[in-house]
Amino acid sequence: MSDLKNNILKVYPDATFEEGDNLLLVVAEDKWLSVANDLKNKLGFDVLSALVGMDWKDSLGVIYYLTSTSHDWQVLAVKVLAQGDRDNAFIHSVSSLWKVANFQEREAYDLVGIKFIGHPDMRRFFLRNDWVGHPLRKDYDANPDLNPIRLTDEEHEDDTRSFQLDENGKVVEVPGKVFEADDYVVNIGPQHPSTHGVMRFRTAIDGEIVKKVDVVSGYIHRGIEKLCEGLTYPQTLHFTDRMDYMSAHQNRHCLCMCIEKALGIEVPRRAQVIRTMMDELMRISSHLLSFGCTAMDLGATTAFFYGFREREMVLDIFEKTCGARMSMNYNVIGGVIADIHPDFVKDVKEFVRIMPSRLKEYHTVFSGNIIAKNRLVGVGMLSKEDAINYDITGPSGRGSNWSCDCRKKHPYAAYDMVQFDEVLLDGCDSYSRYMVRMKEIEQSCRILEQLVDQIPEGDIRAQVPKMIKLPAGRWYQQVEASRGTFGVYIESTGEKNPYRVHFQSPCFNLVGVMDLTCKGNMIADLITIGAALDFVIPDIDR
Amino acid sequence: MPREAFKNNEYIDQLVEELNATGANVVVGKFDELINWGVANSLWPLCFGTSCCAIEFMSLGAARYDMARFGFEVARNSPRQADYIMVQGTIVHRMASVLRRLYEQLAEPKYVIACGGCAVSGGPFKNSYCVLPGVDKIIPVDVYVPGCPPRPEAMFYGLMQLQRKIKVQKFFGGVNRKEKIDQFFAQHPEQEGQIG
Repeated sequence: MSDLKNNILKVYPDATFEEGDNLLLVVAEDKWLSVANDLKNKLGFDVLSALVGMDWKDSLGVIYYLTSTSHDWQVLAVKVLAQGDRDNAFIHSVSSLWKVANFQEREAYDLVGIKFIGHPDMRRFFLRNDWVGHPLRKDYDANPDLNPIRLTDEEHEDDTRSFQLDENGKVVEVPGKVFEADDYVVNIGPQHPSTHGVMRFRTAIDGEIVKKVDVVSGYIHRGIEKLCEGLTYPQTLHFTDRMDYMSAHQNRHCLCMCIEKALGIEVPRRAQVIRTMMDELMRISSHLLSFGCTAMDLGATTAFFYGFREREMVLDIFEKTCGARMSMNYNVIGGVIADIHPDFVKDVKEFVRIMPSRLKEYHTVFSGNIIAKNRLVGVGMLSKEDAINYDITGPSGRGSNWSCDCRKKHPYAAYDMVQFDEVLLDGCDSYSRYMVRMKEIEQSCRILEQLVDQIPEGDIRAQVPKMIKLPAGRWYQQVEASRGTFGVYIESTGEKNPYRVHFQSPCFNLVGVMDLTCKGNMIADLITIGAALDFVIPDIDR
Repeated sequence: MPREAFKNNEYIDQLVEELNATGANVVVGKFDELINWGVANSLWPLCFGTSCCAIEFMSLGAARYDMARFGFEVARNSPRQADYIMVQGTIVHRMASVLRRLYEQLAEPKYVIACGGCAVSGGPFKNSYCVLPGVDKIIPVDVYVPGCPPRPEAMFYGLMQLQRKIKVQKFFGGVNRKEKIDQFFAQHPEQEGQIG
């Protein structure tokens, strides 16, 4: 860490730092754009992992988490305070440096009300465009009269704006339009069977070719981050199961790890192994669902039944141990809530035995199918550079040959004691993304096979205080969820409830490349590209 | 399933009583029975899942639970072809107008099942700034299925309750569902005025 500090001090001798979980660099707003440029181009921080809009009551600001792929996945936090008063708080946009910031800055504008100077498309992201106020502000007025249940359509959907600074340093609004005047726009969603939930794409097409995809999100935005601020730490856990319900164990694992890190709790080895196994079972279940849905989006309904047949076996294992098929609520702070079921080992062994032959069946039925290949190979190209710039992690990123597996980069739980390969394919297309998932099922089975006979004896839960209070500070934790890197940011002031919780979900970034990957493809391929990226909408919207 | 295995039998009894009180014409009554039998055994759902419950609903469609046994399997993507909406998942402010519109686009006779804690009451997100505390705030609901998410068996139970309800309704004359919906909208006037 001190190396990094020295490197930054070489470029900026007067840089100020705050110590903590990660090294935090404090940057003045007027220097931010040039510092960001240097951080990316000179110091190699090529990934913007998270962007957290903050309201510290006396000031607004943003915490950026940057990761360097070239320097051993070093993480640097950057704190930038917004300039201007609360009504006109602004920060310069970095969406030209890290493309992933495009949607993330829109989210911060929507929920915290920071205007990003130079951002090309500063609309709200989650809330209706006639919403009053910014909910994540501490002085947000939650009076239902201000924002009643409106049953009218949103108006002026085509209007957008960007903010610029004039010569006096005042923020000026520059109106704009999302589409050009003669664009032919097709609306897809929010009620559409193949958008995998309530996602809406407004698509400009030229004949059958997609010109532009405008992502309209927020049809399932439940305000989880704000809800967390009013709850105690153990109470916040259950939301993670309901964000990406196909990564329920991993997400909850991440939040638990973040709290455990802050409290300095050592999780017993038995719990670590159980958590790892549950994570991998969850990953298999998720990839099986993804297989089924991809097949169904291509019209292959039978393959869907195959995927669900094996998925039911995983759900049975969950049900016996956790007591539920979905929303398992299994991980708790310090370990897991209950010991494994006596049948667990037997069931997992049986599943691992069966799975390889079933995978072979899938490949025979679907992967080698000429229709599947025609629809997936060479469609939805995403280069490695773009994957990094848009922070596309998980199977989708690895389908573009970007090695980005958290389990390898900074091993957690029991991943350091197992052998497995990080699946990388260099097709950069939908088919590669699909194949990475299928191969990851094999690797997950391999992990399960190694762990199932080595579950150590011991406690399943560490002793934790009755009233959990995190010391003042901020923590960031990442795990490898089914769809990519899932991050949790917690800021605490030492109270029993968090001051700010932010979830950096992988699907949020995935939907950010829809425009890039669909452009130039047929409109019918938009569905298959979406299926291969495999986003879960409640994970995007939170 | 035998009658004793169901709960809320009083509600169905009350519907039957209402039916008998108004007096049923023998010919029309027979037609009613025939049509209701047909409707109840070919309930086509609208694909409408916003979150976790939708995945459990997909399990319903897959081989183990196989909702084709009951005639529920023809999930339609257009509200014009569906008989009922099974609201699976949280409804937030942005989605509310869409749900209301979908409901209005359903052809009569139409039914609504609120599936899962979120659709019933807002569930774990009840206190949020932009979550509807139950879909019955904007559309009339026929059957509530609690759970987070409900097990497939629970979903079947809810669907079978809906079948029972349909079987004792009058299709011709008598109880007019349209009237009931108008009543509902009259009770929620502030919302009706805002439909675009």
